Amino acid sequence: MPRVTTHRLLSSLMNVSTATSAKCFALILPYFACGSRKVRRRYQLKASSDNVLTGSHYLDGNHAAAEGAIAAGCKFFAGYPITPSTEIAERVSRRFPLIGGIFIQMEDELASMGAILGASWGGVKSMSCTSGPGFSLMMENFGLGIMLETPCVLVNVQRGGPSTGLPTLPGQADMMQARWGSHGDYEVIALAPVSPQESFELAIHAFNLSEKYRMPILIMTDECVGHMTEKVVIPPPEEIELVERRYTDKPAGKAWPFELTDDLISPMLPVGKGYKFHITGLTHDERGYPIINAEAQEKNVRRLIDKVNKHVDEIIWIEEKDVEDADIVIMAYGISARVMQPAITKARKEGIKVGQIKMVTVWPFPEKRVRELADKVKALIMVEMNYGQVFLELDRCAAGKCRTYLAGHAGGTVHDPENIYNTIKEAAK
Amino acid sequence: MATTEIRITGFGGQGVILCGYIIGKAASIFSDQHATLTQSFGPEARGSACSAQVIVSSDPVLYPYVTAPHVMLAMSSDGYQTNKDTMAEESILVYEMDLVKPDKHGPKVKTFGIPATRIAEELGRKIVLNIVMLGFLGAVTGFVPQEALRKAVESSVPSGTEELNLKAFDKGYDYGVQLKKEKAKMTV
Repeated sequence: MPRVTTHRLLSSLMNVSTATSAKCFALILPYFACGSRKVRRRYQLKASSDNVLTGSHYLDGNHAAAEGAIAAGCKFFAGYPITPSTEIAERVSRRFPLIGGIFIQMEDELASMGAILGASWGGVKSMSCTSGPGFSLMMENFGLGIMLETPCVLVNVQRGGPSTGLPTLPGQADMMQARWGSHGDYEVIALAPVSPQESFELAIHAFNLSEKYRMPILIMTDECVGHMTEKVVIPPPEEIELVERRYTDKPAGKAWPFELTDDLISPMLPVGKGYKFHITGLTHDERGYPIINAEAQEKNVRRLIDKVNKHVDEIIWIEEKDVEDADIVIMAYGISARVMQPAITKARKEGIKVGQIKMVTVWPFPEKRVRELADKVKALIMVEMNYGQVFLELDRCAAGKCRTYLAGHAGGTVHDPENIYNTIKEAAK
Repeated sequence: MATTEIRITGFGGQGVILCGYIIGKAASIFSDQHATLTQSFGPEARGSACSAQVIVSSDPVLYPYVTAPHVMLAMSSDGYQTNKDTMAEESILVYEMDLVKPDKHGPKVKTFGIPATRIAEELGRKIVLNIVMLGFLGAVTGFVPQEALRKAVESSVPSGTEELNLKAFDKGYDYGVQLKKEKAKMTV
């Protein structure tokens, strides 16, 4: 069954290899919408034993992220290969034929992002992966995903930039692009794994967040974690909790795609079940029809922002250690949160009271916690592979109440723990 | 905390990365240690000098890159020349003796050579050179148990080639055990 459907889709796609991303979107959507009931039932999502490779594996971060996505029930992947993210696409392309998923290598990143939005509206969990320049190309349709409130996952395996930069070496300098890269005003959720094990786990978490909050979720990993091979333990399927998509319980004709709800998250409308609806990137009302005025804009954009802000306490995931009695708190995400450990150990051995916060979610920024800490500690440090991006948020929330330091560099390699140690020493003065 | 940093060098196609992968897998999956593998990516890794780095430790590996390897496995002269100066003061050099002519190293560097290409050819497939080297490395260093390495070889090579690869592994391992014995006699 899956083999036949894959064929149909691929042959229809081949005729439109030059399609614009909008066309791709239009193409993918009716495909899933028209799929037979039998096929659609395959996509009712549970962590199924077909999808989950329970056991201990020796995997790199990219392969682990792919396995996480598959375990989460992802059944559609569209992408365009780019180092250092390609291993995710490779893994998915080998695994999907065995589990009834659909993999498409699109003509570019614009089309890839459009395709995963279409697939998601068609009723499946979808994802793409990219790096640096590809991330830039995906930004416009990423904004469309935000505006259409479309669940999907995008992995950016960060390399050194700007431009083509360092294709094979790590960076963490797309963090502000993740936050503001598409035009307009919106909130994002971005996660950063520190290891292949976390790449697996956060891929599942990302899909759960995307379904829960009905929005695209970013995994902002980096070349070092992506290409690093370590032990990854994949649990049995019954231990993997998945968030199912919330569909409207109203009958066709009475349901709207952007219905106002108390939690600000509108249930989605299923396709192929008699619901006829319209969605658009233009500013729209609850019904999904364009309304071009300031009032509608205020309602629409305000809700995109509030739906994240209202749930910020349950979205933010930070891991604190030794923070309670700390004079200095050092914060980091991704590989930097790992590389800083030897520096912290060394400083603590010398009696410097250093606490640490590992940010599993980078966006939304843990503003409330940082403001609290700024009142108590002498200094806050941000470790990141750039010259001050998430640091700007740290500095803003510290609001002059404590000193702030950046341990940063331009990327191409991870931090030398000695440099982080020196920053701690400086902050302890 | 026992940590061993390993660098494997050779040229693209020799199975350098697979060698590192097997060491890491043996340590982390089959012998309850932590192992992080990184590799040199990029244009220089295709066809010319290429390298894989593994850190094996009793504790989680925090800094992922190898800086001063305790063990270096050299399968090509180029790879050896490029990386020889990074070796830790007290370290072990394991090399293919027909391909690498090592310089004179300090007294704290132990060197072990093996005609792995010839041994692989005798087994009928030159391509198992890396597995011969791996068995040899296992015998002369001992930071990963023999059984763990064997299991990792068996589960990592293409299906249908397990027997040949295990034979290659054992040949290399036996050669290493023998050489170690001879060296021990000489020092007595």
